[in-house]
Amino acid sequence: MFVISEYGQILIFMACVFGFLMAWGVGANDVANAMGTSVGSKALTIKQAILIAMVFEFAGAYLAGGEVTGTIRKGIVDTTVFADEPQLMVYGMMSALLAAGIWLAIASMKGWPVSTTHSIVGAIVGFAAVGIDFDAVKWAKVGSIVASWVVSPLLSGTLAFFLFRSVYRFILNTDDPFQNAKRYVPIYMWLVGFMMAMVTLLKGLKHIGLSLTFLQSVGLSVVAGLVVMAIGAVFLSRIQIDKKANKDFRYASVEKVFAVLMVFTACAMAFAHGSNDVANAIGPLAAVVSTIQNNGEILAKSALPSWILLLGGGGIVVGLATFGYKVMGTIGRKITELTPSRGFAAELAAATTVVIASGTGLPVSTTHTLVGAVLGVGLARGISALNLRVIGSIVSSWIITLPAGAFLSILFFFTLKGIFG
Amino acid sequence: MSVSSPLSQLFGRSPVKPMQKHISKAHACTKALQPFFEAAMANDYKKAEKYREEITRLESEADDMKRDIRAHLPNSLFMPVPRQDLLELLSMQDRIANRAKDISGIMLGREMRIPEEIQPLMAKYLKAAVNTSKRAKEAMGELDELYETGFSSKEVELVNKMLDKLDDQEHKTDEFEIKMRRSLRDIETNYPPLEMMFLYKVIEMIGDLADVSQRVGSRLQILIAK
Repeated sequence: MFVISEYGQILIFMACVFGFLMAWGVGANDVANAMGTSVGSKALTIKQAILIAMVFEFAGAYLAGGEVTGTIRKGIVDTTVFADEPQLMVYGMMSALLAAGIWLAIASMKGWPVSTTHSIVGAIVGFAAVGIDFDAVKWAKVGSIVASWVVSPLLSGTLAFFLFRSVYRFILNTDDPFQNAKRYVPIYMWLVGFMMAMVTLLKGLKHIGLSLTFLQSVGLSVVAGLVVMAIGAVFLSRIQIDKKANKDFRYASVEKVFAVLMVFTACAMAFAHGSNDVANAIGPLAAVVSTIQNNGEILAKSALPSWILLLGGGGIVVGLATFGYKVMGTIGRKITELTPSRGFAAELAAATTVVIASGTGLPVSTTHTLVGAVLGVGLARGISALNLRVIGSIVSSWIITLPAGAFLSILFFFTLKGIFG
Repeated sequence: MSVSSPLSQLFGRSPVKPMQKHISKAHACTKALQPFFEAAMANDYKKAEKYREEITRLESEADDMKRDIRAHLPNSLFMPVPRQDLLELLSMQDRIANRAKDISGIMLGREMRIPEEIQPLMAKYLKAAVNTSKRAKEAMGELDELYETGFSSKEVELVNKMLDKLDDQEHKTDEFEIKMRRSLRDIETNYPPLEMMFLYKVIEMIGDLADVSQRVGSRLQILIAK
């Protein structure tokens, strides 16, 4: 108790710095994965991708980031254990932030593919299980989180498979693919608008103070989808058959139609990513802030202050602006084989999956979900060559990242405990 | 900083463009046979040697491309078509280039003379064989559209029509081969028997060139058949 009243402000400040740095890291590194597909397929330039990412990452973080933040903040660790020693919660969450941040820095320097989500979850579980008590961890919840890491790529893969099959059925395998693309692509655009609106309305508006019934939300989302569709239709009407490009490759103009669609799915992807990954940075921060502001009382039902979401969203945007540029270019160059007709299916499937996970409060890896989606398109005979070794590298990154995050966070936890008492 | 995103490791190099470039190269080899033959028929083997060098160069380029494609098709790749079928198609494409090289090699080595009586027919025969290889190249030109449409039944149908044309062309070449043999038999006694033996051999090899081109088509058909 003493610690919190004495050093409260300093601790909050430190936690804000750590949280912001973490959000910066998410913006600098992770977003590139979410947006790289659009850059690689040349649907967007890097500049456009950065702009879209800034707006929609922020919107996603602010409007739909609350649920996952709640999970990171109070879903993994049993907060009642800290009733007598609330400062341990503060140390723990700060250690988790530091550990995940440092681990990510090491991993990016070494070029290991690790996920922010896994680092932070590993770190939180680590400090709680070893630093506090093995039973302080809500193992059932951790179990469901881990399960979601397997389920999310599978789900997005399945969605992507059927999305691409629908493209095959209604557009590619027809007599006039170009006209059919123009006819059916708006429906996919509607899906994008509907999905984003649905999550925002169901999960995002609570902290703004608006509450709607489920049916109202559905109705509004349908309308939002129609609005998106109308905007899309305007852009589509400008696409004409490019005879010159078609001469070399008969589907060049069809791909142009899909490139328009990909601008929309890129927005969805950024929104989804923001809604899920902002929590990695601000979940622990929120836990620290609410513990200190309530003078050590760990309230089970404290609302998430919106300034924390803003801080997280802001950090992501700064990360994008300072560093994301470069990373996005690097990744984009490596995935040029993904044409818009495939890229959109992968993005839409992954964004939908991630947004559903965000709505249910499950922290998943956007990158892995996207990999699952691309594999789904591949299974539908959509991609010329996929390297299946990646699946192995993903699994091994889980196996390494979880203990590494945990170990570092245990280390920092005992250090902080030693310093502040 | 090295970026190692699983996403960027996920994509293998598409074999489509390299395969198309490879068959273009192989076809260029056969096409170069035409000026080579013109020189040979004029009995100008100095000139012919230059064309032979050109053919050898093209063939070795095709070889390099073949090796490069193979190197980028590891076992771990997941592709919409069986890897084995793709590799066999590649081998067959490569044989087109090899045949062109063999034909020019044996002719230059012996500085073979082609009797004037059969020269016009020989030119036609060779052209038919070269056209067969051209048809194979054209069919392979649809490979990117096939991949793009996810091997749609409409596109497969289109390619099958092209392959029918390829078969027709090969059949035409066959007929020329028969005519060629007959005409040569009519005059063979007028020339040194050994030279005639080798000329028969060359005729056979040209037929083989068309045959290999047709088999590229068959391989493509196997590749895209569901």
